[in-house]
Amino acid sequence: MDAIRIEGLTKRYKDVTAVDDLTLSVRQGELLSLLGVNGAGKTTTIKMLSCLTQPTDGDAFLDGHSIVTDPTAVKGIIAVSPQETAVAPGLSVKENLRLMCGVHGFAKAKSNAKIADLTALLGLESVIDRKAGKLSGGWQRRLSIAMALISEPQVLFLDEPTLGLDVLARSDLWDIIRSLKGKVTILLTTHYMEEAEALSDRIAIMKDGKLILCDTAAAIKQTAGTDNFEQAFIRIVKGVAR
Amino acid sequence: MRMLTFAGRNTKEILRDPINLAFGLGFPLVLILLLSAIQANVPVPLFEIQHLTPGVAVFGLAFLTLFSATLIAKDRGSSLMQRLYTTPLTSLDFILGYTLPILPIAVVQSLVCYAAAVALGLDITINIFFAILGVIPVSLLYIALGLLCGSVLNDKQVGGVCGALLTNLSAWLSGVWFDLNLVGGAFKKVAYLLPFVHAVDMERALLAGDFSGIFPHLWWVLGYAVALLVLAVWLFLRQMKRQ
Repeated sequence: MDAIRIEGLTKRYKDVTAVDDLTLSVRQGELLSLLGVNGAGKTTTIKMLSCLTQPTDGDAFLDGHSIVTDPTAVKGIIAVSPQETAVAPGLSVKENLRLMCGVHGFAKAKSNAKIADLTALLGLESVIDRKAGKLSGGWQRRLSIAMALISEPQVLFLDEPTLGLDVLARSDLWDIIRSLKGKVTILLTTHYMEEAEALSDRIAIMKDGKLILCDTAAAIKQTAGTDNFEQAFIRIVKGVAR
Repeated sequence: MRMLTFAGRNTKEILRDPINLAFGLGFPLVLILLLSAIQANVPVPLFEIQHLTPGVAVFGLAFLTLFSATLIAKDRGSSLMQRLYTTPLTSLDFILGYTLPILPIAVVQSLVCYAAAVALGLDITINIFFAILGVIPVSLLYIALGLLCGSVLNDKQVGGVCGALLTNLSAWLSGVWFDLNLVGGAFKKVAYLLPFVHAVDMERALLAGDFSGIFPHLWWVLGYAVALLVLAVWLFLRQMKRQ
């Protein structure tokens, strides 16, 4: 079954078409990466799917709920980990998690259980009482993902989750994202080719707001006639291979 | 429940900033102590404690505008707001969550001001209680200004507009630091077209037990508070839609 069904989704800003007639489906439990150079329309797509921006045209259905006519239901089943780290800097790690439990209306017992589970899953025990604003980028990103997972989302949007992280922090986050595969439908945007290749079930390549290809990493390499995924991406985006 | 969680977070963010505490509580206290010391050496009717305290209590609220506007502007500039916009929090939750925490802080700030004034010789009467109650409509005015500025300015601009401009306007046009009759003319007319001097005059009347004297000042304060609140809510919702 499709967790996300996108039908002709379009976003226009005055003269610029940020996303142009995007049609795509994501299966339940699948991890789909959106790849593209800057301005390809990846973040705008996520903003529309998470009801932050209204589409100019088209619609998308998350678990059958329309982002245009039923955004409240959509907000109840999604979570977003934005491009920049989205934490409350003056609160401790535990307080940040409790904040998310509260805004989702969890009772105290459920909040405590969720905080304990996610602290263990994301390995946050050693920083649980530290102020979020004082943590390193890697820890903040972990916390940001924990905050996104607290509502037990059916669909998780990860917008450039490892941007600016060092190699070790990125590797740790990859492990966490892999552990979520199959349980949560994940739509991930990234600039890192190796990240998309390592984590994704399928990869959608966007250029100038249009979807130009969506397939597995192996199939994309085959289409581009190269063993190197980065080369394949460059060839496809430059129009050398389709 | 959802709104209260968000309001709780905002309270913590404001109170955990030592600069906020220093300016919100420390600065009004320093002003009362300093001006009372001047008054002790060079008596000026304006700086008599029963005259000075209501003015400082009102002036101190200008800092609450700065705190609230800074928090909103910083949130708007960060991805935290984006995350929260994708949760079941409603527009009303956001607006109440940003405004409600300021009210108790305003009351505590006034309590501290009046406690300091009592220590410096202000008579303890029931009127102190009424004066502290009177701070509530005035703080609505300053809260509305905070929501308004936080909705349209970034955190650096908030520092300039609320930190410098608003505090100075509140100081010059309120009759706290000098009698507006000394300047008179257009300056006094403009001051009385703005809410700051009305807020101070209302507080002074309450502390003096002159309850009929709070009018028409209360209407000026409430009128500005409601108008600014409506404008602030509209601007906040507009920026929320733009996100």
